[in-house]
Amino acid sequence: MAGFEPGSLPDLLPLYYRRLFPYGPYGRWLSYGGVVKNYFQRREFSFTLRDDVYVRYQSFNSPQELEKEMQKMNPYKIDVGAVYSHRPSQRNTVHMGAFHAQEKELVFDIDMTDYNDVRRCCSSAEICSKCWILMTIAIRVIDRALMEDFGVRHRLWVYSGRRGVHCWVCDDSVRKWSSAMRAATVEYLTLVKGGSETVKKVNLTDPIHPFISNSLSLVEPYFEEYALVGQDILGSSESWEKVVALVPEYILWLLLREFPKKHDSIQRWELLKKKMEKCKPCHAEWEIMLQYCFPRLDINVSRGVSHLLKSPFSVHPKTGRVSVPIDLRKLDQFDPFAVPTISCLCSELDMAHEEEDGEKENEAEPEPRRRTRDYKKTSLAPYVRVFEQFVEEMDKSRKGELLKRSDLQGDF
Amino acid sequence: MEFSREKRLKARLAGDRRGDLYPHSLQFYLQPPTENISLAEFENFAIDRLKLLKAVENLGVSYVKGSDEYKSRLEREIRKLKFPFKALVEDDYDARRKDHISHFILRLAYCQSEDLRRWFIQQEMDLFRYRFNELTGDLVEKFLKYVNLSYGAISKEVKEKLAVQLLNSTPGLNGAKVEELEFYKVPLQEAMDLFRVRRVYLLNAFTYVPQTDIVAIVLNNYRTKLSKALALTARSLPAVQSDERLLPLLNHLSHSYVGPDYSIQKSIGKISLEHIDALSVKSFPLCMRQLHRALRDNHHLRHGGRMQYGLFLKGIGLTLEQALQFWKSEFIKGKVDADKFDKGYAYSIRHNYGKEGKRTDYTPFSCMKIILSNPPSQGDYHGCPFRHSDPELLKQKLQSYKIPPTGITQILELVKGMHYQLACQKYFQLTHDVDDIGFSLNHPNQYFAESQKLLSGGREVKKEPSEPESSQQKLSSQKSTSSCSIPISSNTEADTELEGLDAYFTED
Repeated sequence: MAGFEPGSLPDLLPLYYRRLFPYGPYGRWLSYGGVVKNYFQRREFSFTLRDDVYVRYQSFNSPQELEKEMQKMNPYKIDVGAVYSHRPSQRNTVHMGAFHAQEKELVFDIDMTDYNDVRRCCSSAEICSKCWILMTIAIRVIDRALMEDFGVRHRLWVYSGRRGVHCWVCDDSVRKWSSAMRAATVEYLTLVKGGSETVKKVNLTDPIHPFISNSLSLVEPYFEEYALVGQDILGSSESWEKVVALVPEYILWLLLREFPKKHDSIQRWELLKKKMEKCKPCHAEWEIMLQYCFPRLDINVSRGVSHLLKSPFSVHPKTGRVSVPIDLRKLDQFDPFAVPTISCLCSELDMAHEEEDGEKENEAEPEPRRRTRDYKKTSLAPYVRVFEQFVEEMDKSRKGELLKRSDLQGDF
Repeated sequence: MEFSREKRLKARLAGDRRGDLYPHSLQFYLQPPTENISLAEFENFAIDRLKLLKAVENLGVSYVKGSDEYKSRLEREIRKLKFPFKALVEDDYDARRKDHISHFILRLAYCQSEDLRRWFIQQEMDLFRYRFNELTGDLVEKFLKYVNLSYGAISKEVKEKLAVQLLNSTPGLNGAKVEELEFYKVPLQEAMDLFRVRRVYLLNAFTYVPQTDIVAIVLNNYRTKLSKALALTARSLPAVQSDERLLPLLNHLSHSYVGPDYSIQKSIGKISLEHIDALSVKSFPLCMRQLHRALRDNHHLRHGGRMQYGLFLKGIGLTLEQALQFWKSEFIKGKVDADKFDKGYAYSIRHNYGKEGKRTDYTPFSCMKIILSNPPSQGDYHGCPFRHSDPELLKQKLQSYKIPPTGITQILELVKGMHYQLACQKYFQLTHDVDDIGFSLNHPNQYFAESQKLLSGGREVKKEPSEPESSQQKLSSQKSTSSCSIPISSNTEADTELEGLDAYFTED
């Protein structure tokens, strides 16, 4: 596989946007069945072009027009914004104040740098397989809450391309939520509070809300592998001092005395748990698990209805990796380092093309069909499949809704 | 018995229509009243509701909201002012009608500024909360349905299935309570304030809200509606204000004081000038004590101080002649000579007594007026010390008056919470050595009257205050004939205003 050089983007992007970007399902997604008038047309896109030129309030009359523009501009990055009251590209023709954001998917952005105080394996800008588990935990916890507590059905989890994951919640009702509702949702999902000055960031009091207990049962299975083995948080006095700072004082001194006698993090954790058992109603072991593992959300990303977020299938300009959807059925196997880069995809495409040349490929074939086969020949295929399934699910449920409604109204 | 039968007959004759109009003892006031009413009814309804809302405010700071004391006192006020309370539909029509109309009238007066709106919304919400919490049994569900906040209560089976989760998500409950309380299934978006802080169980986009918290949701809804309505009302206000019959009343309402105005002095001539100094220490509220002190020290007071203090003195019974003598003797000690006094200041004193110009008999200022209007600036001594003085200076002053430190702390706490009249009540309690002031302070002259009443033994007190030497004959005789401005016994003057005064003070 070819290593990725940011400098090669100007050469690779045109190929990517002509042959690989999945315009079909993408357009179907953002049209939402064409139920609402001009929904796609009023959607804002923003492009980041070469030399950091940034253009906002791009809007298009159809997915095809979007495709043409993308192939013409070859943006380094594409962001998706809100659906506005009027076409964003025509906002200057509207009375001031009348132009406003109306709807948008509820989005979450989970970034590894927000966990810097609790991971020792990497410096802030990097990730590795050891700390990636935090993302797995975050997805499990948030996704369960979205589905079970919030009753959400259509959500798309996407690898951001470098250090984290995004979630797009697309249910019809949720897209209409006010920023107050979005902020309230993030508040509900937040357990880790405090900045660099706060030592103890999680404080639990009885009774323990079902959201917390449900989340704990998802965190627990990963804790040993992540914290005790991977991060070795009780491996040395330097690191275990940070942990015991989170337990009640009388236990703290006890542990500082006993820890050196134990051999590894796992043993020390057992000791800590045993000591904590005797001091109910304190919940320090849970608080430690949550402080080290519980998802940390950026409220600013989720709150604003007009907030722009990196589009799925956009390329990350620094790593070259594509922002691909994550298959939740295979969540534990997801490897961010196995996500294809744009350079690797392009060379795969070249190789496949060479093979086909030998099979007397029909040059006059229409573009879309050729492209459908194109991505299938590359490592992008499984990710597009996940995306297509996501869009199909929404189509299905939309049809179901319409049927239900017409049944009720007696339309035939 | 005949009486009640007659009433029921009336209701039936008027048709169920009347019952339909106000099917519940409380409402969201979504539809304005459309009937015709007399100006008198307009005014009376408005004033009564204002009295009620002020009572709500007072009780809200004097007692814990929702406590038994609070509830029983508020119930009394509501009954007294004839607002709807826990009655059957047919008997309650008049009260509900009054409730409906008076609310809309007060909207006109209280929509005009941010401060007024905030005050109005706060009291209306407290009143609503009280009445909602008084709804029994299935009246809650009926009311919710009526205002289209139809949340279904979950069945017993569902409750049992979710018992553990409900117990763990709802603070302040125990197992037994989960069993006895109703839980309502409320859509996510309508319970935002509850789920954001994880105070309820959330499942599949529904929150499970216990009866005790439903009121929070209903109140939220009510506040949103009322807030919008007030904004709308403010926009249509110019049309209303152009009606000359209404404008004065509406202006008056939002700044009014609705109690006795002390313009009629029963005790006229009973105050002796020699005793004012002593009286200022014993029976004057802090604002007047301060003004008196400033006058004595500086031999002068500026206009605001002269108005506030001068009218107060009139209210406690100083005659015009006494007033002229009092002010002149003091001013002469300063920079003013007798001639200048007679030409200038004397005129305005006579004016205050209604002997000049318009001949209006000016009324002494109420606490509200003193607190809200004409704030003092450098060199002024008027206003309300609890409102206008720097807390540090206030503390020093109270210390110099030998108020015990714990008392000072309590007063400063009340000042911090902007409860100025309560702070003054506390001052009364501390200077008169009583536990319970026994009345709700609204007027400096009321303070004086109550103080005199107390000191003359007209009321039961916790501790007997030390009596001044009997050398001050006049004072003690005055005290014994006392209850200065308040005739407890029946009075020959059939003065309706004073009857009102009576009822206002005799709290059981």
